[in-house]
Amino acid sequence: MRARIAHIASNTFREAVRDRVLYNLIAFVLLLSGAAVLVGQISIEIEKLVVINLGLTAVSLFGVVIAIFIGIGLVSKEIEKRTLYTVLSRPVRRWEFIIGKFFGLAGTLVVNTFLMAIGVFGALFYVSHKFVRADALILVALYFIILEFIIICSLSLLFSSFSSPLLSAVFAFSLFVIGSFAEDLRNFAGMAHGMSRWLATGAAYVVPNLSAFNIISSIAHEQPVAGQLVLQNTLYALFYASMALSGAVLIFERRDLK
Amino acid sequence: MKHRKKISLIAGACLVLSLVASSIVLHRTDQLRPQATLDEVLFLNSPKVIKRASLGFDGLVACIYWTRAVQYFGSRFRYAEPNYSLLAPLLEITTQLDPHLVVAYDFGSTFLASKQYGAGEPERAIELVNYGIHNNPDNWRLYYDLGFVYYMELKDYKSAADAFERGSRVPNAHPFVKILAAQMAQHAGEYQTARMLWSATFQTTHDKQIKQSAFEHLRALRVDEDVTHLQDGVTHFGERTGRLPASMAELLAAMGLDRVPVDPDGNPYKLTPEGRVEVRVPDDFAFATKGLPPGYKPPPKAHAQF
Amino acid sequence: MAAIEILGLEKTYKIGFWRKRPKHALYPLQLTVEDGEIFGFLGPNGAGKTTTLKLLMGLVYPTAGSARILGREWTDPSVKAQIGFLPEQPYFYDYLTAHELLEYYGQLSGVPAKQRKQRVEQVLHQVGLRDVQGLQLRKFSKGMLQRVGIGQAILHDPKLVFLDEPMSGLDPMGRREVRDLMEELKHQGKTVFFSTHILSDAEALCDRVAIIHKGELRGVGRVEDLTSTIQGKVEIIWQGTQVPAAIKAMVAECHVSGDRVRVIVEENQQDMVIDILRRERQRLVAVIPVRTSLEAYFVEKLRRAETTAGSTI
Repeated sequence: MRARIAHIASNTFREAVRDRVLYNLIAFVLLLSGAAVLVGQISIEIEKLVVINLGLTAVSLFGVVIAIFIGIGLVSKEIEKRTLYTVLSRPVRRWEFIIGKFFGLAGTLVVNTFLMAIGVFGALFYVSHKFVRADALILVALYFIILEFIIICSLSLLFSSFSSPLLSAVFAFSLFVIGSFAEDLRNFAGMAHGMSRWLATGAAYVVPNLSAFNIISSIAHEQPVAGQLVLQNTLYALFYASMALSGAVLIFERRDLK
Repeated sequence: MKHRKKISLIAGACLVLSLVASSIVLHRTDQLRPQATLDEVLFLNSPKVIKRASLGFDGLVACIYWTRAVQYFGSRFRYAEPNYSLLAPLLEITTQLDPHLVVAYDFGSTFLASKQYGAGEPERAIELVNYGIHNNPDNWRLYYDLGFVYYMELKDYKSAADAFERGSRVPNAHPFVKILAAQMAQHAGEYQTARMLWSATFQTTHDKQIKQSAFEHLRALRVDEDVTHLQDGVTHFGERTGRLPASMAELLAAMGLDRVPVDPDGNPYKLTPEGRVEVRVPDDFAFATKGLPPGYKPPPKAHAQF
Repeated sequence: MAAIEILGLEKTYKIGFWRKRPKHALYPLQLTVEDGEIFGFLGPNGAGKTTTLKLLMGLVYPTAGSARILGREWTDPSVKAQIGFLPEQPYFYDYLTAHELLEYYGQLSGVPAKQRKQRVEQVLHQVGLRDVQGLQLRKFSKGMLQRVGIGQAILHDPKLVFLDEPMSGLDPMGRREVRDLMEELKHQGKTVFFSTHILSDAEALCDRVAIIHKGELRGVGRVEDLTSTIQGKVEIIWQGTQVPAAIKAMVAECHVSGDRVRVIVEENQQDMVIDILRRERQRLVAVIPVRTSLEAYFVEKLRRAETTAGSTI
């Protein structure tokens, strides 16, 4: 069972790589080095701030785009192209397929992020000429970004299991935007009454709450991160992803593959 | 078939459990960082930047910031020493994004300006309201707000009069604005004027928090007036008889009052052995400046009524 | 032991947005396939062949009924290790090479690593793709894809192989190769269940066939039995350039090409025709009994189905 999941995961990774996904790294490197050089010349004491903010935001955004655009096709493309039939005629359970795809996509993003992190640290070194202890916070920020990716991947997969690629992209992207404003949604819900209050509160807990994962600004100002927060975020990401994946498994299990 | 049912059951259970678990974790994370979101938000401190970042959806983002401002202020009442340092930027961002959100200016004139129960930044409040007037020159309410700040916090009666005057000339201005303008000239600094201002606010505002604040202030004013009146009586008694009145009844007799005066809650005022007139339950009149025991500090919860 | 027992599998779809009308893709089907035979599942397009296969593969869930494959419930996951499947007009991960694809499928089928390498080589050779094993599948022609498809179906040495339209889109060479492969599978003791609408292939390959039309089973049996139930005809060939008038009157079909004349007559008219030819002093070349083709049986069954359907409306 585990072996099959691992094989599906590595095949998904292989597909992403051969799909030239990793070329996005080129765009990223160009962007970051361009910015670093430009800012290094202006030199008004915020170079480090710019590099960290720009670098990490780019890591986050590029990653979300990849997570969505690859994720939405993971299942629906296989159904459309009928590559799925020969896979499922083997002793592969449907849920193993979903989980395998998830790990493959998440793995792709982890590798992508890792490579980008090297770029960020490289640009940082270029503008600061040294590393300080506080720079380790960047690793925490990257970890949180990866947790965000895990959530988005699971959602993309969920939509892919029942919806066309176009609709899935719309749904996933919308949830990402709403998720960034989820705290405000909870505030709005808190001020509403009656039925709308219940519905809004329910919605606020079902959408992914991504605000807690974005610590880019604060670590750019070298503010420390509570260990408790790291734990809570990890737990939240795991629970949320398992919720979305359970949904994906549930839907996929019951589907007729016409 | 059995296998499929089993998987569906497990997946369904997992879904529900994870939803519950994630909600619990989320709740706890919130408690961990009550300030956090807003502090991050405000790292994007420049209204201009936010405006550009809104990609044209200024109205929506303004609404979001307005909600945040209200939440920010409301949540801080729990603290013993509340710090409202982010209120001004939040309001500024809100009004930059939507200069016609009048309630934001109202809010600022009340809660941003006040040193006693708000952020204590009257100058910034004035800047804010002036920006509002600039963008909404035909809204009489904003002139009223401006005059309010000048009068209440800065005691600059001339500027207050000027503001009310300008407001009264706006078409469809509420009649009391003109009355207030006239009042400034002769009765600045009097209880009567303060009462007029707070009554005006109470009657015309739609915002619940502002309305409540006005209500509390009117009650406090009543107490101030009553206590001043009674305290004067004590002083006169002392000048005439050379001693303090032995009891409230004696004081009343001397002042020619047949009934014990009561505070707005219906509790009679009391006279201390030291000759001070005080309210029975100081906690109920947090905004009163008279009639409170010496060294009295209102507990934080007093503000929680908002 | 029967390789496949289909016990009343049924599939009804609900189509339409508001008022869901039922569409019967497959009426309750009773069918048995014996161990070690090549079984042909025939029918025109849209008859329900692919639906049946998908039901057996667990890709689609039945509205009712069940099936047993190799003695076990068809939903039993352990069954999958013993069967191979080639879907219609297959498509495979085009970013993989043939070798990688077979490796991947081998992994998924649980073929142990040591055996896998050997097996992949073997299968690639068997389907004739050894020379292109390093080429990405996106560059493969249709025939080559079909061969890869068969390869992945037999890679894990299954006892039972399901093929959906295995000859579709192939040129005569390709079809011949696939036919030979299927014969070889039978030789190895495997059971082959394949669907097609090309009757000549079925006739050549199958031990038994079933005919399905509009979701219903119309006939099952051995090929010889089915084709011999209809009365045979005889083909008579002689040397000559024209057909004698007496014969022309009797005959439905006649062909003249070069100095050969060919006519087809009923079996019981055979002697009469030969007498006429002798009288006319024509030189007889051949007298060949013509077995009715499967095609005729097929068309007959379908036509009858149409008329009964028509009469019930």
